[in-house]
Amino acid sequence: MGTYTMRCGFNLFAMLLFAAVALPQTTRYNMGRTPTSEEVQAWDISVGPDGKELPPGSGTAKDGARLYAQQCASCHGVTGEDAKGSPRLFGGQGTLNTPKPIKTVGSYWPYATTIWDYIHRAMPRNKPGSLNAGQVYALTAYLLYKNGIIQENDVMDAKSLPKVQMPNRNGFLPAMQDIVSKHCRLGTCP
Amino acid sequence: MSSKKSDRRDFLKKGALLAGLAVGGAGAARSQGPEFETPSVIPPGEKDPALYGERSHFVKSVRQRMGKGDGFILTPLQDSVGIITPNDLHYVSSRDSSPYTPPTEIDPEKHLLLIHGMVDRPLIFTMDELKRFPSVSRIHFIECVANTIPTQNRWDWETVQERQGKMSCAMWTGVPLSVVLKEAGLKSGASWLVTESADSVKHSMSLPIEKAMDDAILAYGQNGEPIRPQNGFPLRLVVPGWEGVRHIKWLRRIKVVDKPYLTQTESSINPSLKTNGKALWYNFEMGPKSVITFPASGGRPLNGRGYYQITGLAWSGGGLVRKVEISTDGGSTWKNAQLQEPVLRIAHTRFYMDWQWNGEEVVLQSRCTDERGAVQPSLAQFSELWGVKPDYFKTTTNVVTHFNPIQPWKVDRDGNVHNALWI
Repeated sequence: MGTYTMRCGFNLFAMLLFAAVALPQTTRYNMGRTPTSEEVQAWDISVGPDGKELPPGSGTAKDGARLYAQQCASCHGVTGEDAKGSPRLFGGQGTLNTPKPIKTVGSYWPYATTIWDYIHRAMPRNKPGSLNAGQVYALTAYLLYKNGIIQENDVMDAKSLPKVQMPNRNGFLPAMQDIVSKHCRLGTCP
Repeated sequence: MSSKKSDRRDFLKKGALLAGLAVGGAGAARSQGPEFETPSVIPPGEKDPALYGERSHFVKSVRQRMGKGDGFILTPLQDSVGIITPNDLHYVSSRDSSPYTPPTEIDPEKHLLLIHGMVDRPLIFTMDELKRFPSVSRIHFIECVANTIPTQNRWDWETVQERQGKMSCAMWTGVPLSVVLKEAGLKSGASWLVTESADSVKHSMSLPIEKAMDDAILAYGQNGEPIRPQNGFPLRLVVPGWEGVRHIKWLRRIKVVDKPYLTQTESSINPSLKTNGKALWYNFEMGPKSVITFPASGGRPLNGRGYYQITGLAWSGGGLVRKVEISTDGGSTWKNAQLQEPVLRIAHTRFYMDWQWNGEEVVLQSRCTDERGAVQPSLAQFSELWGVKPDYFKTTTNVVTHFNPIQPWKVDRDGNVHNALWI
């Protein structure tokens, strides 16, 4: 009988090799039009871990507390334990290696920039996209403060937010590492 | 020609009208005549139901919602035949967590796809333009990473639909993503894509460029018709064999970048958290898996001893299903099942085996081996890989994704079938 596999990871080694090789450009079909830079800017809401897409603006946890009470608390709760069917946002640090892990933005998420990205793109659920950049910075600051990651008066902006060290930053392993160490032959799985 | 045609049409119309009158007006004639009904004349402005077919009203098989507010709608596998899931019954899982609201509805005339970032030529495509590219049609399963997650034990879920229904299989038609990326031209150093939906949470996931250039499809067709709204109309990213959550529905934007973006889903529910507190990132591929769909919990019970054909579905994100074995004695011995053609890469594979039931209690199970030799584990083996006792999966609140242990069904003496995973 072969090796037992719960699932296979993607071959990271092949990926790295491939990335080094330039992709050949073949036929062009001359379809599509060139967007204006304004169009791209308006559409591009992705904020990566280095935060280079973060816009101007700033906010602190103090500003965020008021916004949180108005815009977020009705679903996410005030203390964390009282979230009503929506993800809990506070606490959980120290629970990840227990049978009842509590995964919050504070205990689990590896990058603070993702908090900004997600509030900006999807929150509040009844009116996503309604918060301006400063408000999103303020709410992000509030969540970080409530999770004991920054101080109440720390100003979050395009420069400071990517530098925030999240507690679980090193809690993630590439899938391949686990598979190699368990039951897979190198290069192909298993 | 045209006058002949119109004569014939007139004749048919008159005939239908006469037949209609005859049926409508004379009950006696109807009772003597053959048992068929002539369609009534459709009033002007009303839809003719014959133009988009419906199944027989005797067929009752439907999807099932999972809990409330989860956004999961499950495929009735117990009624499945062959390998294709009808579009009406394809499973649905949405990151937009409002399953009771209508699906994101997009006017295809207005829908646009933007490709930008590390490309030579940022481009915006209309649906018409995407359909002008050379197309492919491929049959692939899509399985949610949360299919069969043990936390559903808390609802005492045990039927094949409840346990395994977050997966379906369809023929997807569209343009290879590689073709469209080449049209934009990848810059040196481009290594990942950030893909994004037009849904209400702008669901977004990172995708390695190697997968994009290998077999990913920008799909607009599903089983011969436009993709259904709940499955991403008008445009869905299909990444064969990978986690369902990466098959972005209502696809509107692809940003070419040089690193994974650790989106909300990739920072929260998607990484697989292990018992040591560390989480696996980028667990893309769905492992080898199979399930017996008859006899199965939630399906037809057995009606007395005698002949039955055991049948089920097997699949693997790793490629072809090479072998399916069936045990009818609780796992002591295994026999090869027959694989029904077509056997396709990264698609459902239908298997079957002749079986005589002696009327005694019996445990049935199936085990899949894929083309790489990867074998579907038993619960004990799966637990060993996790370094836990099987009980862990019954009690933990951890969301254990990629849960693919062998599914045992127990047939009792009355012919009823029950989930026996935890026995």
